Amino acid sequence: MDTVLEMRSITKQFPRVLANDQVDFDLRHGEIHALVGENGSGKSTLMNILYGLYQSDGGEIIVRGQKVDINEPRVAIDLKIGMVFQHFMLVEPLTVAENIVLGSELRKGPFLDTKRAIQEVEELSQKYGLRIDPKAKIADLSVGLQQRVEILKALYRGAEILILDEPTAVLTPQEVEDLFKVLRALRAQGTSIVFITHKIKEVLSLSDRVSVLRRGKKIGTKATSETNEQDLAEMMVGRVVLFNVEKKPAEPGEDVLYLDRLSVKDQFGQVKVKEVELGVRSGEVLGIAGVEGNGQSELVEAIAGLRKTAGGRVFLNGQDITDWSPLKIKEAGFGYVPEDRHRRGLVLDYSVADNLILGFHGKKPHVRGGVWRDDKAIEENAEKLIEEYDIRPPVASQPARSLSGGNQQKIVVGREFTQDPSLLICAQPTRGVDVGAIEFIHKQVIAQRDRGAAVLLVSAELDEILSLSDRIAVMYNGQIVSVMSREEVTEHKLGFLMLGGRLEDYRAGEVNGHAE
Amino acid sequence: MQSRLKTIRWQGIATPLVAVFLALLVGAGFILFVGENPLTAYRILFMESLGSVRNIATTLQRATPLMFTGLAVAFAYRAGLFNIGAEGQLYMGAFAAAWVGFTFTALPRLIHLPLAILAGMIGGALWGAIPGFLKAKLGIHEVINTIMLNFIALYLTDWLATGPFHGGSWVPETARVSASAALARLYPPTRLSSGIYLALLAALIAYLILWKTKQGYELRAVGLNPQAAEYGGINVAKNTIIAMAISGALAGLAGTEQILGLHQRFIVRFSADLGFMGVAVALLGKNHPVGVLLAAILFGALQTGSAAMDRLTSVPRELITIIQALIIFFVAADYLIRRILRMKEEA
Repeated sequence: MDTVLEMRSITKQFPRVLANDQVDFDLRHGEIHALVGENGSGKSTLMNILYGLYQSDGGEIIVRGQKVDINEPRVAIDLKIGMVFQHFMLVEPLTVAENIVLGSELRKGPFLDTKRAIQEVEELSQKYGLRIDPKAKIADLSVGLQQRVEILKALYRGAEILILDEPTAVLTPQEVEDLFKVLRALRAQGTSIVFITHKIKEVLSLSDRVSVLRRGKKIGTKATSETNEQDLAEMMVGRVVLFNVEKKPAEPGEDVLYLDRLSVKDQFGQVKVKEVELGVRSGEVLGIAGVEGNGQSELVEAIAGLRKTAGGRVFLNGQDITDWSPLKIKEAGFGYVPEDRHRRGLVLDYSVADNLILGFHGKKPHVRGGVWRDDKAIEENAEKLIEEYDIRPPVASQPARSLSGGNQQKIVVGREFTQDPSLLICAQPTRGVDVGAIEFIHKQVIAQRDRGAAVLLVSAELDEILSLSDRIAVMYNGQIVSVMSREEVTEHKLGFLMLGGRLEDYRAGEVNGHAE
Repeated sequence: MQSRLKTIRWQGIATPLVAVFLALLVGAGFILFVGENPLTAYRILFMESLGSVRNIATTLQRATPLMFTGLAVAFAYRAGLFNIGAEGQLYMGAFAAAWVGFTFTALPRLIHLPLAILAGMIGGALWGAIPGFLKAKLGIHEVINTIMLNFIALYLTDWLATGPFHGGSWVPETARVSASAALARLYPPTRLSSGIYLALLAALIAYLILWKTKQGYELRAVGLNPQAAEYGGINVAKNTIIAMAISGALAGLAGTEQILGLHQRFIVRFSADLGFMGVAVALLGKNHPVGVLLAAILFGALQTGSAAMDRLTSVPRELITIIQALIIFFVAADYLIRRILRMKEEA
């Protein structure tokens, strides 16, 4: 296969960090090349240099045998390089077709030739098998489809080299599958693709080759078939990473959390949780699996007191806590890692130290006499948790905003776990967190379980559910479909139930030999 | 890392300073346009506002109400609220203070003055708490309600001072407050009152509340991220009301100081936009109590010096209004200033 692109010895110095340190990278015709590394390892910087958004301080770029100087995106586009960003650049009130032709509009006299734009987009979408309605408004499309529009936009401009910056970060598992199908189809038609990610599973299922960056340096490039999960994780993190959390069998006790026919509505008055009956016992992890949007978020927020219930009761240690204030529930022994740490879990402009007392800011020793902050105690609390939870950089006075996703999550985890709550809810605890931090957080969850906490784990990552849970509940369309012990569950069975299948049908299928 | 934090702090101060400098620069263009020497005009402006103890006292006298209203706007802003209603809260506080001042004339000074001040604070606090309550319980935006309440306060006090509490003279004002409720004059013949101490104390208290108490932690959390605050067990509605009440109390103190110190009676429409100037002062002071004090002194100085500049040169005093507007313009355009600073760094 011919090499279409080569980056040699690329170096980029930012004010305080060396983002790329003599990085070599090459892309072959018609391959999917995964570019992986932890957050801040320099993956995006390297590709932004290729797309002309940053200028490198050293090194050279060769496209199709020609040395080029890409000093702005226009040059990259002319070289048939396209990039799809994590945050889409679409005009929401405009249609799909209008967005795709934007910047190179077809005219009919002084007017836009909308008809031809639609026609061309239709042809393009047929050619590449990217189904989309050209007349739909962007604002009405799902995130997955908006991303498809971004890809079409690049293809419309003639891209033969396509860069995707963490494209799966915003997608649901189903949308990820669709995206992979699209990318495989593009590869079959000769498009060369750079796929930036920090999820190893994706690398293994999609790419032909993989390059690993760590702290701005390239660690190596391998054929995907010659590597594995363990090997890649070690290259990314620089040490051995344990995927399967070591844990003893659970020793469950009494129900700590008990939901008695709990119903919850969303902000539009739609019933999202329907008469859920569920118990979580001390000393066990109960995982809730399910495609996102099936009521998990509403369920958890209702337990936490952040959303009013629409029926039923919530019991914590035998006490009816239904519709208590979040503060009272917290004080009754409740710890909570919310699914969206930026929206709920952190005040990003507060220092690490101040974030480490959120929710406990009114309790001793952080407050003296019920009124005054005790800055020294707050600082000591921060030093202790920074050390225990390995929060980096270890600076208590730094705003939380300036930390990486993994370290931000460690702030939330450290704050909630250190209180030794009797009930702990972890919603998507490792979303957007890199490999090393995932391992750490998983270990801490198991440690909480072993201490005797009842842990309710909600996750869209099946692997996470399977490796941490002692019992697994599947949530579909606002209801708990079934609760099984870990041993009874296979990934396949979970997938079947998550998409609305019924357990009886699954068993019947097994008998008839159709299920596997 | 440490040095980066320092840079951020330095930039916080640099923007307002550069904004003032640029505003004076553009102002110099206007002075040239009317055919005067900018250096002469600015020298007069400076000398007449800060060149002698007496001029400094006048400057501080003009700055005092701006300190209060600036603090009021800044305090609400820290809790994520835009209090455009300082003007109305100022009038309500002023009237309440005046009423105590001219009604309970038999009280000894030691009780009468604190009582009048307290009344002024409560008047402003209640007027501020109304939009706070409406926002907290019904979700109505505070900008709309504070603007409407400004008009209500204005016409209400118009009526009170010309109707039931009219002082009897041909001017639209109430009776004089008794001497036992008046703030002392610190440096006669200037009209600088001991209200300035009250303003400094208010700034200190505002700082302590915001950064040294549990209450302040909650207020600022609500301002920065209400959803995270709610998650952290903070009662967002309660804190919204508290923030608006404290903000209103500070604005009420501005009116109180004007009544008990400067005018010693309630005069209809005495304020001339002191409340609205508070928005500008808070903006220039970066919503920090110390910044607010400095910004208020700057605005006080500009106003004091402008009268002399008008008298001694052919530069009209309206120039100062232009300069004040330009300062706000440049502070608001701090993106532009940061670019200028960065260009200098790179050059």
